[in-house]
Amino acid sequence: MGILDSKIPSGPLADKWTKHKNAIDLVNPANKRNIDVIVVGTGLAGGSAAATLAELGYNVKTFCYQDSPRRAHSIAAQGGINAAKNYQGDGDSNYRLFYDTVKGGDYRSREANVYRLAEVSGNIIDQCVAQGVPFAREYGGLLDNRSFGGVLVSRTFYAKGQTGQQLLLGAYAAMNRQINRGKIQSFNRHEMMDLVKIDGKARGIIARNLVTGEIERHSAHAVVLASGGYGNVFFLSTNAMGSNVMAAWRAHRRGAFFANPCYTQIHPTCIPVSGEHQSKLTLMSESLRNDGRIWVPKHKKDAEAIRNGKLKPIELKEEDRDYYLERRYPAFGNLVPRDVASRAAKERCDAGFGVNKTGEAVYLDFAAAIMRYGKEKALTSGLKDADDNTIRQLGEEVVEAKYGNLFQMYEKIVDENPYKTPMKIYPAVHYTMGGLWVDYNLQTTIEGCYAAGEANFSDHGANRLGASALMQGLADGYFVLPYTIGDYLSKDIRTGKIPTDSAEFEAAEKEVRDRITKLKAGKGTHSVDYYHKKLGKIMWNKCGMSRNAKELQEAIDEISALRADFWENVRVPGSPETKNQELEKAGRVADFLELGELFAKDALSRNESCGGHFREEYQTPEGEALRDDENFKFVSAWEYKGEPKDAVLHKEDLVYENIELKTRSYK
Amino acid sequence: MKLNLKIWRQKDANTKGQIKDYPIDGVDGDMSFLEMMDILNEDLITKGEEPVEFDHDCREGICGSCSMQINGEPHGPDRLVTTCQLHMRKFNDGDTIVIEPFRAKAFPVIKDLIVDRSAFDRIQQAGGYISVNTSGNTVDANAIPINKENADDSFYAAACIGCGACVAACKNASAMLFTSAKVSQFALLPQGQVEATERVQNMVRQMDLEGFGNCTNTGACEVECPKGISLENIARMNREYLSANIKG
Ligand SMILES: Cc1cc2nc3c(=O)[nH]c(=O)nc-3n(C[C@H](O)[C@H](O)[C@H](O)COP(=O)(O)OP(=O)(O)OC[C@H]3O[C@@H](n4cnc5c(N)ncnc54)[C@H](O)[C@@H]3O)c2cc1C
Ligand code: SF4
Ligand code: FES
Repeated sequence: MGILDSKIPSGPLADKWTKHKNAIDLVNPANKRNIDVIVVGTGLAGGSAAATLAELGYNVKTFCYQDSPRRAHSIAAQGGINAAKNYQGDGDSNYRLFYDTVKGGDYRSREANVYRLAEVSGNIIDQCVAQGVPFAREYGGLLDNRSFGGVLVSRTFYAKGQTGQQLLLGAYAAMNRQINRGKIQSFNRHEMMDLVKIDGKARGIIARNLVTGEIERHSAHAVVLASGGYGNVFFLSTNAMGSNVMAAWRAHRRGAFFANPCYTQIHPTCIPVSGEHQSKLTLMSESLRNDGRIWVPKHKKDAEAIRNGKLKPIELKEEDRDYYLERRYPAFGNLVPRDVASRAAKERCDAGFGVNKTGEAVYLDFAAAIMRYGKEKALTSGLKDADDNTIRQLGEEVVEAKYGNLFQMYEKIVDENPYKTPMKIYPAVHYTMGGLWVDYNLQTTIEGCYAAGEANFSDHGANRLGASALMQGLADGYFVLPYTIGDYLSKDIRTGKIPTDSAEFEAAEKEVRDRITKLKAGKGTHSVDYYHKKLGKIMWNKCGMSRNAKELQEAIDEISALRADFWENVRVPGSPETKNQELEKAGRVADFLELGELFAKDALSRNESCGGHFREEYQTPEGEALRDDENFKFVSAWEYKGEPKDAVLHKEDLVYENIELKTRSYK
Repeated sequence: MKLNLKIWRQKDANTKGQIKDYPIDGVDGDMSFLEMMDILNEDLITKGEEPVEFDHDCREGICGSCSMQINGEPHGPDRLVTTCQLHMRKFNDGDTIVIEPFRAKAFPVIKDLIVDRSAFDRIQQAGGYISVNTSGNTVDANAIPINKENADDSFYAAACIGCGACVAACKNASAMLFTSAKVSQFALLPQGQVEATERVQNMVRQMDLEGFGNCTNTGACEVECPKGISLENIARMNREYLSANIKG
């Protein structure tokens, strides 16, 4: 086990969490008033944690870089949130949600954490409904569900294509209630620049006020990092432009281990890249795969004709189309998990069947669904002999009610009507399963420093199933952290306020100031984005959807060289004493330039294929991922030792007591 | 295409701002408006000038960050979109485009095109929530059945992204559309009934305190709202407010 103690409670899987909660030391409400907690990030994980901790009685300070907590990246989540409610009576249960998640993650997540997640998932829905989150409903007034990739039940709750928005507004409302009571102080347009450790414990942060440029010291008895994922290391991703790794990386540099950095999720249904100027990729929710069929032309000549604009997709006959997911994976069809769907799309495009100008797109086609729904609607409306046009129109109305805002978004971006011609989609970087290593209590390897939501690594293994990040963020924030942090804070009731004039705060502040000076000292003419884009290209080409040892080694060398060039030559205009977006970006990209290298190093050290980590050297004859449980059934947790090349690998062996490890098959 | 940009530059809240000219070339129709701004900034940085600052984050039309007045209209000429979803194909070669920050007394300028919209947060903090514990020990979610139409209407109101275009579009800089959307979301749900009276009173009081103007039913807000939030919400809020005041 080495120095990584996961603190998983003993006993049967289904009792672990209850048993653990019963054993946790509680803090007397009167004492909670004397305890301060800092929460960095106000997305689903941070917002829900802050609200709940404040409600319990702690004094909470929240930080986010946006102008309001409501704008955290969680707002963009489209498809939905899972919960094992079994409202549809289709055989769902805590165990099944647990099982699907562990299998979906290619057996690289922790059993105990995932089971707890499944166990509290139902409460999340109850909580959100009580808060007024307007989930979709059936005509009878009860909640509606849909299905997502990698599962055979309908357990996904949703609010049109804007589930993340509504859940986040729920958590934000809960925060607002506590702000109104004076229990949360919210520092918006503030960025955490460093973590402050005193006697080995996390005791505060250094933050920069992004409006005035002031460097501020904030102390607390514990620090929660809920700062989201690091997918933007690829520059082009579905993440919000400001998403970054700074908070987690600064903690890593102070001693928090970074786990599984190479586990990235590439989402299969995004709008393809249109040109060099592109700043951001847009996701089309995976829920579309419930009704959309994915295909490419069966014959290369047709694909070519389409690429040259000589053939329209709707002109292609049914028998000339290759519904490759339905062909390869008959049991799950278009609903295979994301890693499988993404790789299959890449495989077809690499083989020359791509359908856009660059050959990097496949079709997501709603024609069949439109006709199917139209027929049903015609029958239920008493139109027994409706003609095709009427049926199509009725069907389009049904599809519009389900996915209207996504279709509208697609049309705005691509300038094509997806009701009339199939959407073009291609995989894009979406989510990061790696993050700060945490134990069962969500504590990092720094005492008193916790990580929640996408910022930690624990629940998704090598691949995340759809609709489970929102679930994990809210589970961590509403229901896990508020308990587990109490255990730690119960030892702090006599500590009193942590002063911010100590030598440790002094030193950390100085380091932050020096770093800013150094960022400003670059002598060249290149902007921060220039470096970020270069890094992104290396990451996508050599650490992207598939990887091999040679290219990973090249990536390591190239990133290291790029980093050196960055520090020498980046140009950051403007003053550090005012609002300065270039400086903000520079700080973030500097950290990405370190993380990117560790990412490649992690990928190189994992000689197997699993989930979002596909090593070309390790695949079955059919091109499926070839896992190596004998040698790689562990979490890699990296310890900072200066340069990323010097990082030291620690392994947490994953113990499966309740699930038999099987080859993942969706056939 | 070639464009002539006229952009508001302002160092900070206390310095006077002015419009400056920025000719730009090589813009293509597939770019979003913000990507066009990125190119301009890239160019400015290479030339050693300070880039134009503007708020943005998701670039998917959902976070509500991006906020510019483009040729006099919040989020520009296209309907039902935010600036990040506005594409350059809506413009023609040779166009002059005037780009300014959202203007309203309650939204002071921070820098260039960035304004301070924290007044919206304070309106929400005054009562835009249901006072329920975050313990998870509430009733089972399906124990509160809700008529689908109400649930949908509540959702449509809740879809407001808090961007502030309604305020910027309004000649009185009123925040009625925003506030009423939030009031409506809860007014349409059974969970929201218990505190309905205080909620609407507190939120309206805060809205007035923040210095937003009055609503004179011009309707410009609805036209410019990227999320199609309807004027019906204002009517609903007025009813709620009236009945709250009668109840006392
Ligand atoms: C387009 C899209 C669609 C998605 N759809 C789904 C879906 O349907 N279902 C699902 O389950 N998941 C979905 N996801 C994934 C899910 O949205 C995210 O994983 C999840 O919301 C992350 O939440 P979080 O609270 O961990 O972090 P975030 O919401 O990313 O919040 C991060 C917070 O940290 C703050 N922050 C970051 N760095 C700093 C710093 N240095 N200083 C101060 N503050 C900082 C930010 O301001 C922000 O408040 C989707 C993701 C995307 C991009
Ligand atoms: S009502 Fe519309 S315009 Fe106003 S803040 Fe909400 S989304 Fe923006
Ligand atoms: S950047 Fe988020 S709405 Fe425009």
